[in-house]
Amino acid sequence: MKPTLPLEELMSPGHLACQGCGAGIAMRTTLKALGQDTIFTFPACCWTVIDGPFPYSCLEVPLLHMAFEATAATASGIKAAMDTLGKGKTTICGWAGDGGTFDIGLQALSGAAERNDDIFYFCYDNEAYMNTGIQRSGATPYGAWTTTTPVKHFKKEVKKSIDDIVAAHKVPYQATASVAYPEDLYKKLIKAKDIRGFKFIHIIAPCPPGWKAKPEDTVKLARLAVQTGVFPVYEVESGKYLQTIKTAKRKPVLEYLKLQGRFKHLKEDDVTDVQKLVDLRYAELEKRFQGC
Amino acid sequence: MKKVMMGNHAISYGATLARVQVIAAYPITPQTQVVELLSEIVADQKLKAEFIKVESEHSAMAACIGASSAGARAFTATSAQGLALMHELLHWAAGARLPIVMANINRAMAPPWTIWTDQNDSLSQRDTGWMQIYCQSNQEVLDSVIMAYKVAEKVLMPVMIVLDAFSLSHTYESVDIPDQALVDKYLPAFDYKYKLDVKNPHTYGGLTTPDWYMEFRIKMHEAMEQALVEIKKEAPVFQKVFGRFYDTVDPYMVDDAETVLVTSGTAASTARFAVDQLRAEGKKVGNLRMRVLRPFPFADVRQQLKNAKKIIIVDRDISYGYHGIWAQEVKSALYGHSQVPVFNFIAGLGGRDIFPETYYNIIALVEKKDKPDQELYWVEVKK
Repeated sequence: MKPTLPLEELMSPGHLACQGCGAGIAMRTTLKALGQDTIFTFPACCWTVIDGPFPYSCLEVPLLHMAFEATAATASGIKAAMDTLGKGKTTICGWAGDGGTFDIGLQALSGAAERNDDIFYFCYDNEAYMNTGIQRSGATPYGAWTTTTPVKHFKKEVKKSIDDIVAAHKVPYQATASVAYPEDLYKKLIKAKDIRGFKFIHIIAPCPPGWKAKPEDTVKLARLAVQTGVFPVYEVESGKYLQTIKTAKRKPVLEYLKLQGRFKHLKEDDVTDVQKLVDLRYAELEKRFQGC
Repeated sequence: MKKVMMGNHAISYGATLARVQVIAAYPITPQTQVVELLSEIVADQKLKAEFIKVESEHSAMAACIGASSAGARAFTATSAQGLALMHELLHWAAGARLPIVMANINRAMAPPWTIWTDQNDSLSQRDTGWMQIYCQSNQEVLDSVIMAYKVAEKVLMPVMIVLDAFSLSHTYESVDIPDQALVDKYLPAFDYKYKLDVKNPHTYGGLTTPDWYMEFRIKMHEAMEQALVEIKKEAPVFQKVFGRFYDTVDPYMVDDAETVLVTSGTAASTARFAVDQLRAEGKKVGNLRMRVLRPFPFADVRQQLKNAKKIIIVDRDISYGYHGIWAQEVKSALYGHSQVPVFNFIAGLGGRDIFPETYYNIIALVEKKDKPDQELYWVEVKK
């Protein structure tokens, strides 16, 4: 059997991710695509811990840890230095969680996107501040329990459309991806690597402790997120939308919700509300897929 | 080559001569001309550098941290609110041991909104691990930028060059622009041993337990102590190449002075005019201009103030509910070394002019007292 991804690993075992961590799969796949000539900067996020405590690191690429809101600007600075030092071929990546992207890091992200700096910005999205103990973020979906949206008062606001915010900057390339479809992510990164300018990659990365899900269900959940239309997987190249994982007949959202304790409290009506929100958002995107 | 220029342009020329490689900056009055001139110099390709026009001062410092980590000589400039916004990353730059140089044009903090000078913005960044150098002339500003990179890159700690809004930033003076060849000889290219390198990948700044954190901190402190040695060592070296001498403190007629006015920034120039006038009246007054705040020059301060009978510290800043900040610094250096009474005056906040008369009034008041009868004295404040 021919492997669908390179066998080379730039992420070693011994990292500190939880069992079934989607963010770990996201990084492992990303490194397979980007290779050794890559530099990362992380803000405060799960990966601050996953990489390992000083003096250990599970990554075989250089990594600069940075403050929470500074990912994009730091990556821009590294890129500018590499350009002026004649090392412009190296791929420079900011790698942040959803809190560091949707919320506290949004300004720097917008700045770098507007300047069209030639960097990758990755958001591995586990839909809450998981590293600090599951507090709600702008990425937490409607209906979810978190420690700051307790069961009786589950999150009433919809997830922020970060992809639309980035799209409004008219960046040359952006994509969503799911850790359940590593070949799709890989293909996108191989393509994006050769595109000059700002590249935004948004990866849904289930979090078993935060989603109150079984570690062995991570890939299943990441697949169901796509199949239900909760997290459509597509790319936008120079404004053109392309759905890369087709979901002709979407599964009911309940299949996705019922595997996660964070949605356990939702009553039938609430589930209907979630389904409506997902349908609405999906219809909006579908128009863009068809329009291109 | 001599050129008449504003203080802000002296910074730009200093950074250009230092061949900075990455500039990231955000505009704020009164810093704007620094980056305007630099953006033109870079766009004209008179300086091989990347200029990132960031969307905030926080991102300016973040970009400098990224650039410096990758091995580039990085530069930025700001003022007041911008510096305060950077605060988190000032700690980061120092903790990451990055030799970034930044100019801060002293502007008072809001509210109420103001654009004029005082030193509370930079002095409240005292404990971030940045060297701070306070200038009193445009020549000193240009020279200090060049010297700053030399010292910073030796000890791997960042430097803030500080100058007063308007009374220096927008004041035109004759400045000698040194030859590029001389600067290149004095300041070699930045060769960062710990740069982000794909051929030798390392992780920087990762999670560190109580087992190791203190060891990082003592190394920072030792680097700052070494910085003091380097600043003292560079003074004659710089003088030999460029003919100008800059020490940690700048004394004026202090040797036989009975009363010493301790000041910093442009308030020192006025103090020297006042000293001359008072000397003509037979009063033994001198001026000690504080140039380096961090690393603090304990020995130099004690040495320069050892003959004084009265010490007057004029602060263009205030630590609310305490003293002026320079007063705290100088008094703490003198504690256990001197019994001389120290008077602390607060003057010139928010850009209010400090005139020679201000100093005459201060001296007149101090002459009447053997020792201070107040923790501090506010000068020329409306009731």
